[in-house]
Amino acid sequence: MYVAVKGGEAAIRNAHRLLADRRRGDPAVPALHVSQIVEQLALGVDRVMAEGALYDRDLAGLALMQARGDMIEAIFLVRAYRTTLPRFGYSRPVDTGAMQIERRVSATFKDLPGGQVLGPTFDYTHRLLEPELAEGATPLEPERREVAAEASPRVTDLLGHDGLIEPDGVGNGEVTDITRTPMEFPLPRDSRLQALSRGDEGFLLALAYSTQRGYARSHPFVGEIRIGEVEIELDVPELPFPAPLGRVRLTECQMVNQFKGSAKAPPQFTRGYGLVFGQSERKAMAMALCDRALRAAEFGEDIVAPAQDEEFVISHSDNVQATGFVEHLKLPHYVDFQAELDLVRRMRAEQKDATDIKEAAE
Amino acid sequence: MILPPTAPDQSERQRLMGVLARTPRAAIEHALAAFGPLPAHREMRKPETGLVTLRGRIGGGGDAFNLGEATVTRASVKLETGEVGHAYALGRDAAKARVSALIDAAFQNPLLHDSVIAAIFEPLALAEADGERRRAEETAATKVDFFTMVRGED
Repeated sequence: MYVAVKGGEAAIRNAHRLLADRRRGDPAVPALHVSQIVEQLALGVDRVMAEGALYDRDLAGLALMQARGDMIEAIFLVRAYRTTLPRFGYSRPVDTGAMQIERRVSATFKDLPGGQVLGPTFDYTHRLLEPELAEGATPLEPERREVAAEASPRVTDLLGHDGLIEPDGVGNGEVTDITRTPMEFPLPRDSRLQALSRGDEGFLLALAYSTQRGYARSHPFVGEIRIGEVEIELDVPELPFPAPLGRVRLTECQMVNQFKGSAKAPPQFTRGYGLVFGQSERKAMAMALCDRALRAAEFGEDIVAPAQDEEFVISHSDNVQATGFVEHLKLPHYVDFQAELDLVRRMRAEQKDATDIKEAAE
Repeated sequence: MILPPTAPDQSERQRLMGVLARTPRAAIEHALAAFGPLPAHREMRKPETGLVTLRGRIGGGGDAFNLGEATVTRASVKLETGEVGHAYALGRDAAKARVSALIDAAFQNPLLHDSVIAAIFEPLALAEADGERRRAEETAATKVDFFTMVRGED
């Protein structure tokens, strides 16, 4: 028998009304505008886009505002929104080599073509709070310098010429889409990358850290991190050329890891790859480390650590899924619990009976 | 023999569509004001917002993989003279898609082509190039100049 219980409509309605009020906060404080979030909390917006797997800065800003700054709630909102839209197709693959670079660093080569360009980084700041920011200080105009007419080739291409590093990844030719077909393990690398790119930053960061601490050590170097805008093009039937859609900002990380060789092939560096929406090098680095760890089977490495376990990593990297299952526990489980309660009472009664019989026998 | 009408330059058209896709609506509308009265037209496809799955390449240059989606808005417009213009751009701006499609249609009309280039394409492309140069110069100022510290006598 299943008995449905209704109730709580008024409480829910009032709770949401209260939420709207608490979200607004003290009415004496000016209300935020989405454009302020998009412009001034840009990296938070980037994270919502990356893990929401939807590039739209205004929507991500709105989601953050609606979620009161709760990242995972905002990501959930963005994921839900994307299911309401029709699909126009798949873009041509972006060319990160042609990126309009805003930051580009390599930890493996000091003097690489195009140079080390720091861009707007937190690195080398002293991590001291700046009270003048709270007082609305106006920043100085950025310095400018003449742009050198020098290309910034990808570092992995420089090493690739000598065969010192494995070439770019080749899959099985077809591109899988985890949003269209359910995942089946083992996954092809392109599916893993799709999942990792939208995976929870904290989860991937922790796994990446675990590989550095010895759980599937791969001796990584940052071959290159680059951040900047790339062009998006879409083939459409009504145009005789790919439609230019505009640009998106991406962060790419090329992780270079220790060698793999065989009796036939001389040893060469292996690689992990990270590519993430927005400016997010922590996430891109974590993704690259996880990508490399998850290639263990491909390189014949022993699978001994959590970061190498594809099913474990990919099945738990999506924070919308994770929060859904964890948070559902707070919803009414009255009937389930009643059943458990009956069970434990019965077990206790049986135990008592058994003891009583034993005592009577003695 | 009758020569076919000259087809509009497709690479120029692609550049125009690129500039329109990357330019915010306000700037396009500002340029359109300089263009003069709009040609008579009707909507062929109402502005529609949808998703495009953006693709990257494994390792940067390998096989494609699906990175995530982006919102894209498209529209199509037909001039009374027959030209059909299309617009595609990231984001959800319906008005921008409509006006961009109209500009694309006007670009294909031999009588309007030159003024589209002069009043819309060139100023918008110039403004975009200025912004790109400024950002590139600001980035270039953060480039590291290494120098070597020599220690000891020889």
